[in-house]
Amino acid sequence: MTSAQRNPQLNANGELCHLLSIGGLPREIVVHILDTAESFFEISDRDVKKVPLLRGKSVFNLFFENSTRTRTTFEIAAKRLSADVINLDVARSSTSKGETLLDTIDNLVAMHADTFVVRHATSGAPYLIAEHLARTGRDEVHVVNAGDGRHAHPTQGLLDMYTIRHYKKDFSGLKVAVVGDILHSRVARSDIDALSTLGVEEIRAIGPRTLLPPHLEEMNSACVSGTRVRVFNDMSEGLRDCDVVIMLRLQNERMTGALLPSAREYFRCYGLTPEKLALAKADAIVMHPGPMNRGIEIDSAVADGNQAVILPQVSFGIAVRMAVLSIVAGSGK
Amino acid sequence: MKIAIKNARVVDPRSRLDALRNLFLADGRIAAVTEVSVVPEGFADARQINASNLLVCPGLIDLCARLPDLENELAAAAAGGITTLACPPDTTPPLDEARLVERLRHRSEQSGLARMFPLGALTQGLVGEKLTEMVKLANAGCIAFSQASAPLPDTLVLWRALQYAATFGFSVWLRPKDARLAFEGAAHDGAVAARLGLPGIPVSAETVAIATVLQLARDTGARLHLTRISSAEGIALIRRAREEGQAITCDVGIHHLHLDESEIGYFDTNARFDPPLRSAADRAALSAAAAEGVLAICSDHTPVSDDGKHLPFAEALPGAVGLELLLPLVLRWAKQENIPLTTALARVTCDAAAILGLDAGHLSPGAAADLCIFDPQASWQAGAQTLRTQGKNTPFSGQTLRGRVQMTFINGQLVFSR
Amino acid sequence: MSLPEFPDAEAQCRALADLIRPEISPETLLVGIHSGGVWIAERLSGLLGLSSEIGQIDVSFYRDDFAEKGLHPQIRPTVIPFPIEGCHILLVDDVLYTGRTTRAAINELFDYGRPASVRLAVLADRGERELPIAAQFCVWDVRLDRAQILVLDKNGDHLSWKIEQ
Repeated sequence: MTSAQRNPQLNANGELCHLLSIGGLPREIVVHILDTAESFFEISDRDVKKVPLLRGKSVFNLFFENSTRTRTTFEIAAKRLSADVINLDVARSSTSKGETLLDTIDNLVAMHADTFVVRHATSGAPYLIAEHLARTGRDEVHVVNAGDGRHAHPTQGLLDMYTIRHYKKDFSGLKVAVVGDILHSRVARSDIDALSTLGVEEIRAIGPRTLLPPHLEEMNSACVSGTRVRVFNDMSEGLRDCDVVIMLRLQNERMTGALLPSAREYFRCYGLTPEKLALAKADAIVMHPGPMNRGIEIDSAVADGNQAVILPQVSFGIAVRMAVLSIVAGSGK
Repeated sequence: MKIAIKNARVVDPRSRLDALRNLFLADGRIAAVTEVSVVPEGFADARQINASNLLVCPGLIDLCARLPDLENELAAAAAGGITTLACPPDTTPPLDEARLVERLRHRSEQSGLARMFPLGALTQGLVGEKLTEMVKLANAGCIAFSQASAPLPDTLVLWRALQYAATFGFSVWLRPKDARLAFEGAAHDGAVAARLGLPGIPVSAETVAIATVLQLARDTGARLHLTRISSAEGIALIRRAREEGQAITCDVGIHHLHLDESEIGYFDTNARFDPPLRSAADRAALSAAAAEGVLAICSDHTPVSDDGKHLPFAEALPGAVGLELLLPLVLRWAKQENIPLTTALARVTCDAAAILGLDAGHLSPGAAADLCIFDPQASWQAGAQTLRTQGKNTPFSGQTLRGRVQMTFINGQLVFSR
Repeated sequence: MSLPEFPDAEAQCRALADLIRPEISPETLLVGIHSGGVWIAERLSGLLGLSSEIGQIDVSFYRDDFAEKGLHPQIRPTVIPFPIEGCHILLVDDVLYTGRTTRAAINELFDYGRPASVRLAVLADRGERELPIAAQFCVWDVRLDRAQILVLDKNGDHLSWKIEQ
């Protein structure tokens, strides 16, 4: 091992200056984001759904991969903070002209961007941007990862934690099942990082072996919370006595081929039905990052049932993103 | 021209010599290695070099160095004490035609620096479909044939390539990599890739390929050298084949003896290698195998521009520069693993020469006077300022390394001095 | 430093209530500014016999020093449990100093609607205003060094003054 790298998300004072991943964040910072989000939550109920915190600041939504939902929630969050929001459809424009990712960033920094919200198809792309900003001495510009490849989707992970805390109050003692395509899921990685940072008792990764990465059991090795990660191939066994069930979206292109034979067989083995949910605790909550594939990973009876908290997740997501945007913008002061 | 190098610590791995000696060169060859009190006849008025506190060993032999800017990289090799090197065929364009090989050899001979031995492409354009004119390429100077790190997914083509090479007794150097299992992979399929969401390259991408190639080599009788072994299981397969009497050689890149997957940290593209850095246990197994002599060591020198490294991890180009780091990293490896210097340096001198089929890498009288003279105590910082190579991509950037080349001789000519 | 010469904050709350009582109607709504203002508003609500719940404001999202200081490390939610359109609001804080916190609180209030009037009640007025803001009700004029921060503290259920340097 050569020189230990400094965590690029934290500035010299240990403040959060970029949100790139939940992995490697101290527990206090994660809790601080959730606490701050609670204060932002009521703003959506006001007559004027806006606070002047980021007035005059520019938030650039840089989506190298299309995602209307995530982009919209970031846009609402930034606008409720009074920031100017600029949406760049980079999936179509500059990169197709051969401009590199970092050229794009340099150009936007020259336009006085204050914060970049970045979605990219390649794991680690937001790290590259953050490093580039540091290398070129532009520490006042912040990066928020809105999903990179299979790596991380930290604001989704945080809003999932917000949801769990809202319904379960305390993380210790919780058994949380994460079901589905963990191999390709940045949501799953961020959830696992966050759950182990916050110290749940047990994380259960449930799925067929083609959709589970190796070494899942070691994924929380960096944290000292004592959270256990267990892998289940049998969904019924994995759901038994769980407090929280997080269902993952199965991408269309993975439904047939070498990973899975068919959507129908996937639903039979790993779809969440009322019968399977009955194996979890009676007060278990069901979460899903959306958009849902009804009848593939989740039965409509569960998705619309009283244990589902999928819509509250969406409204909590705005408050969490407001908290993240304002905390990073306020760092280094 | 006569030269007397006096009071040096002389390490000659082939003869297991590690002692204070005088070394005498005449007419580009080693004339004598003597006790420090002795000066042979005719050397009284030779050019004197006082080498007290310095170490003299055979010039290093590097089994793999990519030389995009040939003259500059050969100068970097000289600065790294390297006097002989093999150049893989994945140049632009690939070395699949005799005229390309001749031009490359001509330019390297003009430079008067390290002896450069090209490897010819095994298939045209390294595409893995049609064989190259191996006989013509060998006549032009190719020392062996290889796909470099390009895949050869068609086993039938591989089988025929080995048969054809065996017809003429040519060596085939192969990187064991199953193209489909390694497809789109960017890192070892282990804990780090799982955490960072990087597409993984399983160890089986290496072992499946080793098993296939070993079987085909047995069937065809081809002379086989396996390059850049990266895993403990790969080593185990090779050991077993050797125990069964199969004559195969293999090598490892110096970085794989020092680093493992944890080096990636937060997507550090300087830790992107092909084959990938694997687990700590794999690194330990490679180190043990290299210490035993199962593996020779090479720099796998691969200059990559900033543009090739300032990309998201999976899109970044793999590789690191190594010409000037090979010696200090071998010294560090020897120190960390408590390996005698004669053993450690053998892996980059006489062992490598044997793989290339050359009478080189030793200090016997009559051998070509290819020497590396270095200060084993000198420490220096690796970085853009201290490296001559065009590429600055190294995971050791900013680190203090011990052991620095002072002089390099090729055929008795001083080609580098600090 | 403990300051025996500082007045008893609990007694000041009663004095403040006495000052306010003749000037307000039962429909007046109290809004306290976190943290001290909320504690005082709770006292006043009881002393004045007001039936409505009190509002609580955390002005962190409205501060004008975000660019210099960033986000306050501990933020509590603002809670305005009543519609304020057309109402008479009495804003309550512990200390009035530069006037910037009051400015932020008024701005925040207006994002909930358009009140008929807003008045300000504080225990202490340190002077040195940087904005054209004044308290209608105040029981203690005090002058301190700029480096000294006057803070209302709550120990159990007891309010007292302290100085932070």
